[in-house]
Amino acid sequence: MLDSKIPDGPLADKWDNYKEHVKLVNPGNRKKLDVIVVGTGLAGASCAASLAELGYNVKSFCFQDSPRRAHSVAAQGGVNAAKNYKNDGDSVFRMFSDTIKGGDFRSREANVYRLAECSANLIDQAVAQGVPFAREYGGYLNNRSFGGVQVSRTFYARGQTGQQLLLGAYQALMRQVGSGKVKAYTRHEMLELVVIDGKAKGIITRDLVTGEIERHAANAVVLGTGGYGKVYYLSTLAMGCNSSAIWRAHKKGAYMSGVSWIQFHPTCLPQSGEHQSKLTLMSESLRNDGRIWVPLKPHDDRKAIDIPEAERDYYLERRYPTFGNLAPRDIASRAAKERIDAGCGVGVMKNAVFLDFSKAIKEQGQEKIKEKYSNLFKIYDKINAVNAYEEPMLISPAAHFTMGGLWVDYELMTTIPGLFALGEANFADHGANRLGANSLLQASVDGYFIAPYSIPNYLAGELKAEKITTDHPAFAEAEKTVREQLRNFLTINGRLSADHFHKKLGQLLYNGCGLARSKESLTKTIAEITALRTQFYQDLKITGDEKVNSELEKAGRVADYFDLGLLMCDDALSREESCGAHFREEYQTPDGEALRNDKDYCYVSAWEWKGELEPHELHKEPLVFENVSLTVRSYK
Amino acid sequence: MAGTGLFLCFFLVIHLLGNLQLLLPAAEAKEQFNWYSHLLAGNLFIKIVSWVLLLSIIAHAVYALIITRKSNKANGTKYAYDKRGASSTWNSRNMGLLGTVILVFLVIHLKDFWYVSDFTTMNLDKQGNKDMYSVVVLTFHEWWYVLIYEISFIALGFHLLHGFFSAARTLGIYHPKYVNLVRYTGWVYTAFITGGFMLIPIYLYFNN
Amino acid sequence: MKIYLKIWRQDSLATAGEMVVYQLDEVSSDMSFLEMLDLLNESLIQKSERVIEFDHDCREGICGQCGVMINGRAHGPLAHTTTCQLHMRSFKDGDTIHIEPFRAAAFPVVRDLKINRHSLDKIIQSGGFISASSGEAPEANGLLISHPVAEAAFDAGSCIGCGACVATCKNSSADLFTSAKITQFALLPQGNIERTERVLAMVDQMDAEGFGHCTNTEACEVECPQEISVLHIARMNYEYSKALLLKRN
Ligand SMILES: Cc1cc2nc3c(=O)[nH]c(=O)nc-3n(C[C@H](O)[C@H](O)[C@H](O)COP(=O)(O)OP(=O)(O)OC[C@H]3O[C@@H](n4cnc5c(N)ncnc54)[C@H](O)[C@@H]3O)c2cc1C
Ligand code: HEM
Ligand code: FES
Repeated sequence: MLDSKIPDGPLADKWDNYKEHVKLVNPGNRKKLDVIVVGTGLAGASCAASLAELGYNVKSFCFQDSPRRAHSVAAQGGVNAAKNYKNDGDSVFRMFSDTIKGGDFRSREANVYRLAECSANLIDQAVAQGVPFAREYGGYLNNRSFGGVQVSRTFYARGQTGQQLLLGAYQALMRQVGSGKVKAYTRHEMLELVVIDGKAKGIITRDLVTGEIERHAANAVVLGTGGYGKVYYLSTLAMGCNSSAIWRAHKKGAYMSGVSWIQFHPTCLPQSGEHQSKLTLMSESLRNDGRIWVPLKPHDDRKAIDIPEAERDYYLERRYPTFGNLAPRDIASRAAKERIDAGCGVGVMKNAVFLDFSKAIKEQGQEKIKEKYSNLFKIYDKINAVNAYEEPMLISPAAHFTMGGLWVDYELMTTIPGLFALGEANFADHGANRLGANSLLQASVDGYFIAPYSIPNYLAGELKAEKITTDHPAFAEAEKTVREQLRNFLTINGRLSADHFHKKLGQLLYNGCGLARSKESLTKTIAEITALRTQFYQDLKITGDEKVNSELEKAGRVADYFDLGLLMCDDALSREESCGAHFREEYQTPDGEALRNDKDYCYVSAWEWKGELEPHELHKEPLVFENVSLTVRSYK
Repeated sequence: MAGTGLFLCFFLVIHLLGNLQLLLPAAEAKEQFNWYSHLLAGNLFIKIVSWVLLLSIIAHAVYALIITRKSNKANGTKYAYDKRGASSTWNSRNMGLLGTVILVFLVIHLKDFWYVSDFTTMNLDKQGNKDMYSVVVLTFHEWWYVLIYEISFIALGFHLLHGFFSAARTLGIYHPKYVNLVRYTGWVYTAFITGGFMLIPIYLYFNN
Repeated sequence: MKIYLKIWRQDSLATAGEMVVYQLDEVSSDMSFLEMLDLLNESLIQKSERVIEFDHDCREGICGQCGVMINGRAHGPLAHTTTCQLHMRSFKDGDTIHIEPFRAAAFPVVRDLKINRHSLDKIIQSGGFISASSGEAPEANGLLISHPVAEAAFDAGSCIGCGACVATCKNSSADLFTSAKITQFALLPQGNIERTERVLAMVDQMDAEGFGHCTNTEACEVECPQEISVLHIARMNYEYSKALLLKRN
């Protein structure tokens, strides 16, 4: 039975109650305890720095050449906090209920409330670190409303909020590295989790420069390894983003949840050809002034300016008169897909919709638009060589954020004692759909404020435990698995590259388990992925040696994506309802809106690994709502 | 670097002002200039300054050598294909080369004038001052000598064009308000120094 | 279009490297520069050759992981553009493109175009932070910072740490990188307390890492993807001198 370990007491007191009762570790004893933190994004870096500040020995890992490059850098929009600086009625409770509702009632009340509760403190922390948030002329912090909420709670640092927040965390981490309390391992990839007597006790990594397979032992292991949206190949994620760390932990017994809940961001640049490797996100703020439309008639090849007003379909304004172009991400993305599938898509690959600023320019003047979005228009020009002041932009939905991840309890501990998952790597807080600007927050709050309580609470029990060294047979065995897999990749000697398989897999998932899915598409996709997976192990070709070898790195990641992809389909198949980002075509209202089924599916699915190509076992954690009432999301 | 460089820059102004006397009509110039040279030669303070100056030049050159070697070491492997020049000015990248030209010039210059005036005997003029003026005029009678001077001053000009503002940066003048001021002052300064020094040999060559 | 390539291949730091010639016949002008390299690597795999190792991650100009010398210039022909943001439409059919790693003694080659920029992290470790441990921060609006100061701090703080400034500098100096961080914190009231120690430690560390001496050629600002201003270097020099004086007193 899954125990989420939610503390007792009224919602607003739970976190305080928890903090007041956690076990403590004597400062003198802390240096005897080792913690491994994999990941240096907002979650990993803040956690590693915070634990080191407390006095624990920390080892920090990332696959990039510097901890500062984790993909948290890419976040543009902002970070939410219930500061109510604008006096517009925001509060912890309102932020909590917005987040629960935005997640379509598929997240835990206690976790979400804590997120909102700690949000204000994160802004304080970041400001203290020197993060240059936007300010008003009087010197006070500025913020704005974002992602369809009615209050201003999004703090931002130009279009680089993630970069600036991450630099704050990275610098805190570097401070600890400089003082010798953290040892940083860059260009290291975690390839195995070591579990001894049911507890996480270490990891196996590969040094991406020397190729060496290394063993690292610790009293606890923390995974802050980010999201796996890259499973679709084309996504807004970085090229190296992967599921390997969490997937290998999953294979060692950590359950996965919300696996198929993946947010597609509506305002990304469309794929322009077979060569495409990544889809760039254009800030959502563009939808404040841009109008989204497609030609009314399918297969209309005319240029945008040649299509008269009457032959344009402003489908968001048509379907959602209240929210219009500002409809939430999942809804906007799905509506775009619906039009594209109907043959109305535009662009070379007919896979995009127009984002048109002509009305805004006419009403407000080009200068005003320039003032608001000039950097975005510049990026657009850089990538497409198109002047968006004159022609509409082309945008398209792209895989962006994974609500799913490792199942964790209130303490952010997975089903393996001593293994914690933070940030995008866990499933918590966002339910079936994430609200914009909530995930930088979640990653930071997990690392700065929650882990420094919950991990020591676990470590307190470790003081008396027997000290494990890397000579333990479990390390030898884990290392052997890693070595065998790598050797296998190098010796298959087939014909096709890892990228080839990754692109194919991505396409299958996009079509069968993407913005919309059905029993039929999912069953078909499972069969196709299984076949492709078989081919992968027979026909993969990796050149080069065991030292620096990006192809070898890719192979391991793609291998895990295959298994993950299969679980995504199973997860989507098992949930016979539509909620948030999970849209089952069979379960929709007559006018095409998501149809949630609270009677049968108001639970978190937690999947247990049962072996290679064996069906997973489904565990259910019921969701109880005592403080909000389950309503139907409507943006009409 | 900046300290010695700017000290040299300051000295150049004094030096040029003194030399401008050479542009006076010949007879007057001879009297003035020789008197001036005598004044300098006889003054203990000026003696000290001139040694400080020499030390500054040496210190500037030695420091230049040190930073050049440091940079060479910092560079590591050379680029096989290098077009980095596109992103900076030529003189800013070749301060060492320009400086070397200046150094060679200085050796010649000091030997021909400083050494001659201070350490050799020569004719005296009517007032009984050493006749430096005639030495100068005679020297600039050779076209190739004039040419050496002109080339060296061009090198100096480019050195100053970068050096003046670079020194301000090295000293930490960062406020945008002063940045342009420094740049314009640098241009004016460079034009004045280079123009002045370049004019004298040409004037003497054609007027004697 | 057809593209000829001359690419630096080097097995490891211990072995010698050389420029190797390649050719691609079907390059689309819509491709990004890195996608062109993907295409080349795909063809190398088909020929059973080891692929060209190059650094990249976000491919949207923000992580600072990518960066090579393209036709002799850091991040290629366009000013203020990362390698990953460069597109093949900046080249013509039949062009020869020379590609080399960012070079500096403080950036040792890992393999081919991959380098190690650990030295930049070391500079930050020596003092590129404000010591504010988790949990001890005061209320954010308790500290007012004027809009222009916040913006100026942001300008300095927007560095992505790619190292193009070092690569393009004839002196391989890291002054732009170091000074940007020093300026950001010197401007902010939060950074004031550690100001003296910070600048001394960071400048010393920069020297210890083996970077060269800045001679203000300003090439760094031209290539910097974030358009970081060289004036920060002057400011660092000011802060450094002031710190030396203060320390002595
Ligand atoms: C383009 C884009 C824009 C976004 N905009 C916003 C926004 O405006 N507001 C918002 O709130 N959220 C936004 N998000 C989401 C948010 O940025 C992320 O959810 C969040 O930053 C994740 O942080 P993290 O620390 O969990 O992971 P990451 O920052 O992704 O860090 C992952 C770390 O794990 C390491 N790692 C991964 N795998 C391994 C392995 N196998 N071995 C060793 N190390 C490994 C990596 O090296 C890296 O250090 C955006 C996301 C994207 C992609
Ligand atoms: C009258 C003679 C000279 C003057 C007035 C002069 C002036 C200057 C000035 C003002 C600077 C800038 C200092 C800084 O940025 O910190 C400079 C730099 C430099 N000088 Fe000179 N210099 C002279 C002679 C020389 C000589 C003889 C050499 C070489 C042997 C030389 C080599 C250099 C070098 C390499 C630099 C460094 C570049 C730089 O910092 O920008 N200079 N000089
Ligand atoms: S790959 Fe991230 S900046 Fe180029």
